[in-house]
Amino acid sequence: MSFVRRNWLWLLAAIILLAVPFLFYDWTKGRHSGFALTLLSEIGVMAIFALSFNMLMGQAGLLSFGHAVLFGLGSYCTAHAINAVKAGTFWMPIELVPLVGGLGGLVFGYLLGWLATKQRATAFAMITMGLGELVSAAALMFMAFFGGEGGISIDRVMGTSLFGISYATPWQVYCLVLIWAFIAASLMKLQTETPLGRIANATRDNFERAQFVGYDPRIVRLLQFTLSGFFAGIAGGLYVMIYEIVTFDTLGAAKSANALLAAYIGGAGGFFGPILGTIVVVLLQSGVSLISSAWLLYVGVLFIVMVMFAPVGLIGLIGMHTPIRRIGRLGELVVPYLRAFPAALSVMLGFVLMVELASNITIGAAQGKKFAIAGTLIDTGSPVIWGIGLLGLIGGAFWLRIEARRFRLRWDALIEDAKRQGVVV
Amino acid sequence: MEVFIVSLLNGLVYGMLLFMLASGLTLILSMMGVLNFAHASAYMLGAYFAYTISLYVGFWPALIIAPILCGLVGAAIEMWGLRRVHRNGHIAELLFTFGLALIIEKGVQMGWGLLPVPYRVPALLDFPLFSIYGTNFPAYRAFMLLISGMMFGSIWLGLTRTRIGLVIQAALTHPEMVGALGHNVPRIFTLVFAAGTALAGLAGVIGGNYQVTEPAMAFTMGPIVFVVVVFGGLGSLTGCFIASILMGLIQTFAVVFDVSLADLLAKFGFIVTSQTPLAEVLTVTLPRIGALLPFLMMVLILVFRPRGLMGTRDT
Repeated sequence: MSFVRRNWLWLLAAIILLAVPFLFYDWTKGRHSGFALTLLSEIGVMAIFALSFNMLMGQAGLLSFGHAVLFGLGSYCTAHAINAVKAGTFWMPIELVPLVGGLGGLVFGYLLGWLATKQRATAFAMITMGLGELVSAAALMFMAFFGGEGGISIDRVMGTSLFGISYATPWQVYCLVLIWAFIAASLMKLQTETPLGRIANATRDNFERAQFVGYDPRIVRLLQFTLSGFFAGIAGGLYVMIYEIVTFDTLGAAKSANALLAAYIGGAGGFFGPILGTIVVVLLQSGVSLISSAWLLYVGVLFIVMVMFAPVGLIGLIGMHTPIRRIGRLGELVVPYLRAFPAALSVMLGFVLMVELASNITIGAAQGKKFAIAGTLIDTGSPVIWGIGLLGLIGGAFWLRIEARRFRLRWDALIEDAKRQGVVV
Repeated sequence: MEVFIVSLLNGLVYGMLLFMLASGLTLILSMMGVLNFAHASAYMLGAYFAYTISLYVGFWPALIIAPILCGLVGAAIEMWGLRRVHRNGHIAELLFTFGLALIIEKGVQMGWGLLPVPYRVPALLDFPLFSIYGTNFPAYRAFMLLISGMMFGSIWLGLTRTRIGLVIQAALTHPEMVGALGHNVPRIFTLVFAAGTALAGLAGVIGGNYQVTEPAMAFTMGPIVFVVVVFGGLGSLTGCFIASILMGLIQTFAVVFDVSLADLLAKFGFIVTSQTPLAEVLTVTLPRIGALLPFLMMVLILVFRPRGLMGTRDT
């Protein structure tokens, strides 16, 4: 029973994640929605990737611009392993195939980390950027391992399952991704409590003192980098299982940037932050990009808003409420939140409307697209619609300011009360 | 020989263009510690502004107006954005500029469309200046050399011979001390950021019609500029200059010489066939890895000499 009590959050997450695909279940045909399952699997994979990235950024204070190199190399290793098993070179259960990616990530993590971890801070970041550019360009040059522009395709139905599962359907793959995501996440969580994880924190906060205590920060960085490569490689291995193809863009800077975005938006300070961030980023990328061609702009704006106003990330914002919850007055924030909500919504809608209008005039019109809201065609040149957008944006901004001031007063009063009651803020 | 001279000139032109971008970034990075990802975006903005302005009033006014506009944009970014983010640490600043780069790229796409714009060399300079061994050297390239050379001279004079230049140099290494002596360090930061952005804009004005003015130009130029800055070393304009020229020459010459390691080995009587181990690595020709050489050099110099060529402190 104590196991359940200690790990209720993980169990709850597992139950929710298993239930979510059934929201999109097509009961008439008795089939899962392929799109939803692929999206969820992608979230699972990218969550492992972002967590492994946070082993570097959050735990060791190392900002890597080339983390996708380890992810991608893990993918390629897995793809080759699957093809070798298919060809009968050796036998391996399909459930353990992502481990090959992990080992690939581990080996390349050690090799590349040996170079990168010679330095820290900015120099480390620049080395990883250089390595990222080098490896992703090498992927186009060396056909034998990387398969050139076409990449390497696999067939994940290998018939070597331990449990007799074929992995022909997205649902089976999703379950595999989920299991591996839980294994990887719990291992990474445990790693934060090992001596290595602790000393990595120490070198992040003050590497000179860590040296005086007798640890070599270089070795700490190298071990942390190598382990993080292992988990990135597992994520890469699962990625191949989902898409059955791996191309050179899995190694690229855009993929690395994804991990960075996810870890920062979610909050690098807490262990679970990157998972939250991944959900936001993947939904933005896969969901919004279907509707709008300007999704990259939204990512950029969201990012800047987070950096400017909430550098602690989503998980940090949630964590800020803890003292108020402790004194049991969280309910008093509901009304201020509800009052601020329409103002924030108005700002957002005004902004989105104007961006969409502008992007329709230049990009959409060139592609022959029409602009329509709820089926009604809208003339993008009319000043009325632009006026509505502008009013929503500017009027909403003033409104939000007023509400924010009110919210601030309420918040400060509650925090003050929490302090008086002796709750640590 | 003719290939050598033409490549040398082209390499110089490209190197000077890199220097115009990198000099501002060096100052910003050494002084404020900000890895400014939006720097190459200012280069792109400069080119687009110049294109639009030149449609109405011609190229020559654009040469002045577009950099000033870019400088104003830079000042606004520093005053209302970076200064606020500064409290949250270096990673936050870097991510802020990263987000800006995304927004500017998308904004340019929305403003000017996805396709390259027809930003052309002014008619006055659109003639071959001279020809070497039958290859024409356009007058516009000479003009680029002239502008960038003048800019190098004025930056150097400005930093070493004027009062504000000396204060900037002091603030590069000892910002607290400069502040204690009564100078307004935040304003110096804004000034340097705006000047750096304006220089990048100027590079865009004269580079946009030399290369192609398109929404992807910032992301192709961005990493190379970082390489130059890191390779040259923090806090050293001279190092930055040497690194820019070096990178320009390397990239230009790499395209010209169509050789591979296998050719080199063949000179020593060792023939590489498809059966040789690492045959793929050995037969890669120099033009194919030309664009990679700068990154390779950056990784090597950071691993073995983290302060760069002439840097005053470690990166």
